[in-house]
Amino acid sequence: MAADGGDGMTEDVAVLGAGMHPWGKWGHSFVEYGAVAARAALADAGLEWRDIGSIVGADTVRGGYPGYVAGATFAKALGWQGARVTSVYAACASGAQAVNTARAQILSGLADVVLVVGADAAPKGFFRPAGGDRPDDPDWLRFRVLGATNPTYFGLYARRRMAVHGDTPEDFAQVKVKNSALGALNPHARYRKAVTAEEVAASAVVADPLRLLDICATSDGGAALVLSCMEFARRHGAVNPVRIRAVSTVTPRYPNTVLDLPDIATDSAVAVPPAAETFRESIAHAAYEEAGLGPEDLSFAEVYDLSTALELQWYEDLGLCGRGEAVKLLREGVTGPGGRIPVNASGGLASFGEAVPAQAIAQVCELTWQLRGDAGDRQVAGAHVGIAANQGLFGHGSAVVAVR
Amino acid sequence: MPRTRTPVVAGWFAGDGKDFRLVGTRCSECTSVFFPREDTHCRNPGCTGGDLEEVALSRRGRVWSFTDGRYRPPSPYVTNPELPWEPYTLIAVELAAERLVVLGQAAPGVTVADLTVGQEVEVVPGVLHEDAETIWTTWQWRPTGVTA
Repeated sequence: MAADGGDGMTEDVAVLGAGMHPWGKWGHSFVEYGAVAARAALADAGLEWRDIGSIVGADTVRGGYPGYVAGATFAKALGWQGARVTSVYAACASGAQAVNTARAQILSGLADVVLVVGADAAPKGFFRPAGGDRPDDPDWLRFRVLGATNPTYFGLYARRRMAVHGDTPEDFAQVKVKNSALGALNPHARYRKAVTAEEVAASAVVADPLRLLDICATSDGGAALVLSCMEFARRHGAVNPVRIRAVSTVTPRYPNTVLDLPDIATDSAVAVPPAAETFRESIAHAAYEEAGLGPEDLSFAEVYDLSTALELQWYEDLGLCGRGEAVKLLREGVTGPGGRIPVNASGGLASFGEAVPAQAIAQVCELTWQLRGDAGDRQVAGAHVGIAANQGLFGHGSAVVAVR
Repeated sequence: MPRTRTPVVAGWFAGDGKDFRLVGTRCSECTSVFFPREDTHCRNPGCTGGDLEEVALSRRGRVWSFTDGRYRPPSPYVTNPELPWEPYTLIAVELAAERLVVLGQAAPGVTVADLTVGQEVEVVPGVLHEDAETIWTTWQWRPTGVTA
């Protein structure tokens, strides 16, 4: 029995269509990016918007009220047609929450075919908290009291890896070199130029030991998926669609002993011993358990590389290697093109920048294209099983396993 | 007119000089410690919930990790845009007795070059920023000179 009280494995949900608006800084509304992505996903699925029984929007906190009700905002932009509507927010994990909401509706019989959309229009520079004086809000406090931007947390994690595992800034740079070379092959990516280790080393330090080219930018972008029950897919003529086999949306277990954004302190482990696995490890574990497979079954992975060092952390958290062994995996080319388990074949956040509510959906778009063999020059040969993993502020785990 | 000294957050630290301490709360039922303080309910899911009593945290701890901010953070961090940006150092400190990690700014003049993971640091009173009426006080971490 799964920790969530469920009985473990679930039925598959079909991915009928995937679509994106390219990432960049385009200066338009998030609504436009979402609508473009939605139309692309519908066209990819061979469906009309009027065929869709439910729409799930991943919210943005940067678009005013329409951003908080993204499902309805996208439905209106596409043309009201009476579909059931849901809007969800879970910071960086919003996209996975949207996918999971759609999946739950499909598996419960509430809807046969669901459109999932996320999009963002990001400001220049650091993300900042919502306005006003809010001393009860950890996200407000970490800026007010410490000036702790997101990159400072990435810097803390990177320095900790250097001290505990012996990683070096040169190792971190090699993650950027790998991902930028892959992003150069992806027409949806924002940065499409290969970057050298020398260029990473020459970029400005933002939060020691991380430099500008170690840290993902904030971007505009939109991504969408059309999901359906397997019976609808068969009726629609999709003989062998990509299938979502698991979605993990777990929270941490008390005491959470890894300092997480946006917290100023961890939980205390004085009264309760911490679980053997960290929060991020538990995210992948829950996905594997539900999918009935393990890291050895994966063909490839898309992970949330908010920084180069964090990509390495994910190798270990996904169980691709033991703790402290990520750099070895990277150096041996295991996670690069042609390796045993390519990671971030899309180019990752290093090549996209983060468009928060769209990003986890974009990861599933990449899973879909890779599993179909439609990924062009960045195709992972023989891709049968893929995982996408991320983590949202305030304790949102997120991982999706897709198969074909 | 003398300016008042006001903590940037009420109730998170207290005392002067060597008596300066971070202040959290402790559950009387399960002994879990909370910083920032919990004043309504114990967050241990296995605890039925006891009274939350104020507790001073250990004065010394060891560096879990550290970094710095080379670019000006956005509001509500208060800075003077007229002045050139001076990077500040952040230290995450592991307190052995409480078994938790607390983030804080380093004392003025402490840079990342002065720090190593595992090194001992102590909490000291500091000034976050000043305006016409108020000196906003905070906690800072400062190396004790004891290395890992």
